[in-house]
Amino acid sequence: MSPPAILVAILGLVGLWLPLVQFKPNRIAAGDSLTLAAALEAGWPVALGLAAVLILGCLRYWSPRLRIVAAALGIAVLVLSLGAAASQLVGPDNKLARVSPASGFWLMLLAFSLMWADGVTRMRPSLRASWLMLAGALAQVAALLLSGQLADVSVMRELAARQDTFAHEARAHLILAFGSLGLALLAGLPLGIAIYQAPRWRGPVLAVLNVLQTIPSLALFGIMIPILGWIAATLPGAGRLGVSGIGMFPALVALFLYSLLPVVSNTLSGLAGVPATARDAAAGLGMTRAQMMFQILLPLGLPALLAAVRIVLVQNIGLTVIAGLIGGGGFGTFVFQGLNQTAMDLVLLGALPTIALALVSGIVMGLLVDQSRATRGQA
Amino acid sequence: MIELRNLTRHYGEVTAVNDVSLTVQTGQIAVLVGTSGSGKTTLLRLINRLVQPSSGQVLIDGADTASLPVHHLRRRIGYAIQGDGLFPHRTVARNIATVPRLLGWPKSRIDARIDELLALFQLEPAAFRDRMPHQLSGGQAQRVGVARALAAKPDLLLMDEPFGALDSVIRAKAQSDLRDIQRQLGTTIILVTHDIQEAVQLGDRIAVMDRGRVLQYDSPAQILTQPATPFVRDLIGPTERAFRLLSLTGIGPITMPGEAHGTPIARDATLRDALAECLWSGRDALPVQGGGIVTLDALRANAAQDRQ
Ligand SMILES: Nc1ncnc2c1ncn2[C@@H]1O[C@H](COP(=O)(O)OP(=O)(O)OP(=O)(O)O)[C@@H](O)[C@H]1O
Ligand SMILES: [Mg+2]
Repeated sequence: MSPPAILVAILGLVGLWLPLVQFKPNRIAAGDSLTLAAALEAGWPVALGLAAVLILGCLRYWSPRLRIVAAALGIAVLVLSLGAAASQLVGPDNKLARVSPASGFWLMLLAFSLMWADGVTRMRPSLRASWLMLAGALAQVAALLLSGQLADVSVMRELAARQDTFAHEARAHLILAFGSLGLALLAGLPLGIAIYQAPRWRGPVLAVLNVLQTIPSLALFGIMIPILGWIAATLPGAGRLGVSGIGMFPALVALFLYSLLPVVSNTLSGLAGVPATARDAAAGLGMTRAQMMFQILLPLGLPALLAAVRIVLVQNIGLTVIAGLIGGGGFGTFVFQGLNQTAMDLVLLGALPTIALALVSGIVMGLLVDQSRATRGQA
Repeated sequence: MIELRNLTRHYGEVTAVNDVSLTVQTGQIAVLVGTSGSGKTTLLRLINRLVQPSSGQVLIDGADTASLPVHHLRRRIGYAIQGDGLFPHRTVARNIATVPRLLGWPKSRIDARIDELLALFQLEPAAFRDRMPHQLSGGQAQRVGVARALAAKPDLLLMDEPFGALDSVIRAKAQSDLRDIQRQLGTTIILVTHDIQEAVQLGDRIAVMDRGRVLQYDSPAQILTQPATPFVRDLIGPTERAFRLLSLTGIGPITMPGEAHGTPIARDATLRDALAECLWSGRDALPVQGGGIVTLDALRANAAQDRQ
């Protein structure tokens, strides 16, 4: 028996026992909770099948590959069951009724995701295999979403009702998260290089950035409003350049400030971590300071830099949600609308793509870090 | 010609190099020996200004190196760093190409030079050109480090314990190769080692260092026969001294006409080889390839002469 698999089985079985969906005749009415077995016409066989996979998964001799395949199948069956349950419960013409995933669904999703992760960890896939698996997982998700099988789940109904705004907010979210990262790299890289060359400045610069980092995110977004509002009102021309107290601009500034510390400190530690012999050799062979920086220090510090980009990207994708509060746009808009109207489906419409985006970005960046290490044998 | 004038370098309380003056003639090999921490590396790095002197001057062909931009100076001086100092993210070929690229050589000339150097250091070009440094053994990496230092045909080569990672067989080969390369190219070499045998074999001149000072700067024979201080005598190892001295001289001068039995000895063998062969085979005289003999009596007489 393998301990992680036992945990997965317990989580999954509890999930099977808990309600799969919550059914409400309309948005405000109190809902009914239904387990997988009860919610589907062919509920019992499906539930027994999932239970069998979870229990058999405890066997030691299951290969990692088998675990990954079982997990992928489990997730597909689970999500399709959700879609089918929704269609059966609401019927084609009922526009008011809503079916949302409930605790059992989330727990089983967690269980099969853990099974997947367990399989991947045991398999120790090569870089190539990792990229392929990521592509496979994305293809699976895309296929499920595009199949139309989920159309009657209420999150998807919210999405269908808001196709245009969703695309717009998705764009805003990407601009905020990646734009603030880009700005942080533009400013943070030179700053990191500068304090590497001038050690006297390291302490003060890092201290200031540390303080910025400790301001709670809501407070920082809040502070931006009066400060930038004042600048927009007083400096002629500032308003025309997009400076304003609310909207996208203050959100971008706040995210940028949060990103500076990880970028600067990782640049510094990346450069400082270059072997002294390589630096000595570069100087001894007659490289100028600039040549040494661009040909030796930066390439060798690259893994640390990419690690910083990863941290910042994942952090910013999450933090961007808060931009929704100050009218900055992004998926946070749905989250806060949903919270105001106590419409959980709307909250999910904002939260799920945010989590997915953060997860995928984190994995992609992690693979890039590994790749940059592998080419020089530091893996 | 390299001239060091009253070079001193302090690190806080420590005086790593203390008032060192010496001259290395063009085309000579000067070897710095001394115990660990005696200031050898620091002295070497003062020459290419990786370390700035607290006081004193370095002159190359009469010109003060302080008057040149450092990176121009360093591109003219080959530097094989202690360890190997290869750039871990660059292939062997790209490592060797470093200085030629800085100097803007055309690509075809650089490629030819890389293959020439790899072959010279017994590294099959096709097999090694595209390897990364982590795919080399310690000894191979050191040889690539030396090849990189030689790439732009510098007039002066600084080498910091270049053969430290080599086993004794390859080491002896590398030493004689270095000698050959140096004779062919007429390069001036300043080499650091803490192996006195290596110093005796390679050096035209040996500088013995202790606690930042050069105690004696002389030919190997002088150092062996007339150590200037007790420290130098201890460093040579008094019991080894006779053999080291014998290994300095070829058998040419004591070869005399005559006949002897047994396997002949090579014409370019050293006195040490001849003595060892006499003792081992129990012979009083050895035939020399191409004619003549070497006798135990002649060896003994020669040693007595050295002792005076
Ligand atoms: N950058 C530095 N800062 C402070 N002290 C130094 C520095 N470099 C060298 N030293 C000191 O100077 C002295 C000479 O060091 P150096 O490296 O020249 O010795 P070495 O003869 O090359 O020794 P080894 O045979 O171990 O390589 C040592 O006491 C060392 O601690
Ligand atoms: Mg040293």
